[in-house]
Amino acid sequence: MTPTVPLREESMAKPASTAASRVRHWLSGLSTSGRVGLALVILWLVLGAAGPLLAPYDVGAFVSPEVFDGMSTRHWLGSDYLGRDVLSRLLSGAQYTVGLALASALLASATGAGLALTATVSPRWVDEVISRFMDTLISIPSKVFALVLVAAFGSSLALLLLIAAATYTPGAFRIARALAINLNQMDYVQVAYARGEGRLYIATAEIMPNMIHPVLADFGLRFVFIVLLLSGLSFLGLGVQPPNADLGSLVRENISGLGDGALAILAPAMAIATLTIGVNLLIDALPGRGRRITGGR
Amino acid sequence: MVHGTPRNRSGIAAAGRLILRRLGSALLTLLLVSLVVFTISALLPGDAAEETLGQSATPEAVAALRHQMGLDQPAHLRYVRWLGGMIKGDPGQSLVANMPVGQVIAGRLPNSLTLAGLTAAVAIPLALAIGILSALYRDTGLDRALNLMTLGMVAVPEFLVATIAVLVFSVTLRWLPSITVVREGIGWAEMLRGYAMPVMTLACVTVAQMARMTRAAVIDQLSRPYVEMALLKGLSPSRVVLVHVLPNAVAPIVNAMALSLSYLLGGAVIVETIFNYPGIASLMVNAVTSRDMPLLQACAMIFCTAYLLLMLAADVCAILANPRLRGQ
Repeated sequence: MTPTVPLREESMAKPASTAASRVRHWLSGLSTSGRVGLALVILWLVLGAAGPLLAPYDVGAFVSPEVFDGMSTRHWLGSDYLGRDVLSRLLSGAQYTVGLALASALLASATGAGLALTATVSPRWVDEVISRFMDTLISIPSKVFALVLVAAFGSSLALLLLIAAATYTPGAFRIARALAINLNQMDYVQVAYARGEGRLYIATAEIMPNMIHPVLADFGLRFVFIVLLLSGLSFLGLGVQPPNADLGSLVRENISGLGDGALAILAPAMAIATLTIGVNLLIDALPGRGRRITGGR
Repeated sequence: MVHGTPRNRSGIAAAGRLILRRLGSALLTLLLVSLVVFTISALLPGDAAEETLGQSATPEAVAALRHQMGLDQPAHLRYVRWLGGMIKGDPGQSLVANMPVGQVIAGRLPNSLTLAGLTAAVAIPLALAIGILSALYRDTGLDRALNLMTLGMVAVPEFLVATIAVLVFSVTLRWLPSITVVREGIGWAEMLRGYAMPVMTLACVTVAQMARMTRAAVIDQLSRPYVEMALLKGLSPSRVVLVHVLPNAVAPIVNAMALSLSYLLGGAVIVETIFNYPGIASLMVNAVTSRDMPLLQACAMIFCTAYLLLMLAADVCAILANPRLRGQ
């Protein structure tokens, strides 16, 4: 891969360009599928953030005499296997899924990038040790690694966050290191070394700003992987534990409604699908993406 | 691979050395992986003796069992003993099933291998077709449609595919059973019906990944000068692809296949559990729920070994494919 140094578009545009026009410019460069993805991502971020405020009923309240009820004006998405409001539970589940995955992905990407920068500007043996350790962790299939961690530590919300982050840190590290090593060879970085700048300065002021775009795209991918991992774990009953429920738990608890094709099981399933597909569409449409879509799921 | 005849002896020797080095590195990684798995699962949480006897056990009883299980020894000795047992094929005693882990796994491993083999048999031709088609018709409507389809399939969780498959084929159409029964002496038709949905679900994720990588490998070849040359000579596009491009793309494609097959391992965890399929992955999920550490460790090591073997295969293909790599 050739070293990609993203040109900073804002520096080339007229200085008077406002934030709004920059956003408009960025949007016009996006393909249709990219815009659909962006809309889905924004939708789920808003629903995840504001979920409980929008919910018509209490999450745990038994509000319908019918179980697995269909759509109605009182219950937009029907009722679940205990007669609770599906829409309210969905909004609450989205909060867990989006919130946990966002926090884990942030932690994984930040740790990965931080370690990559450390490895790049440190003496060779530090790089060797960190890289060897990460290579070892990356050789454990992510679901298997997560299962071992869950078996050892249990699955409270905080632990799930850490487990998901630990599972996807090695992948984030590998990509960030490849970028940082390439940038480290660039002339302007070598000039900075020659000027006698400190390692911290070189890592944060010279290398980091130039790898931020690909790292952000990778962050999006980590987010998708973590949503898939967490909802998979919850579906197996090993993730978010009752009374809390994320989208995966919602599919699991309503599985008895599968025979009737109940909305209670289709709605959370579709929610996960639209969320992950949305992020993927958006990343796929970003300029300069590509090859990296193959990162380990 | 590219230049068949004038390959000299030293080139082959260099490739051999490189492959040997990769093999050594894979073994080292496996050793480190075993250290990580052992550390996480055996050292940090409370110990198996307490777990087995429950809360009402007297301290003496726990101490006795701990001694009997060898848990009172220092960690590094336990690790060496565990690793030795693992290599000899005796990874200890399953705490829940109360029989040797080796036996429990021996009963399940063939099932998982059958499932993986069937899935690969379905997924590889399908992925090849999709990948090559979308590479040939790149940037057309067909390519974009296939791209959206594979992108969607990569993004959707396995349990969703499985749930929808059950809804459509078992509940609505009533064609297929929703649980895969594996026993001796069932007929071919019965077996195919049972395997259809697990294989389909697993293949979905794998095909998407594989097709995307195949497309990239073929497009990479299509942009080479020799393809332009062949087209300028007046050869038909189909002849260029089948006779000129594919032989050169074989190694990168096999590399992509090996990498994508590793997705089977993660997918199997979900799929085997949903269809109640008696394989290694569902065994591992059970081991997590019942906190049966010896069984869990053994299953995890099997998965890691399989993963490393696939990665090694991918690496070897990459070495054989790239004359420049061989020269290093």
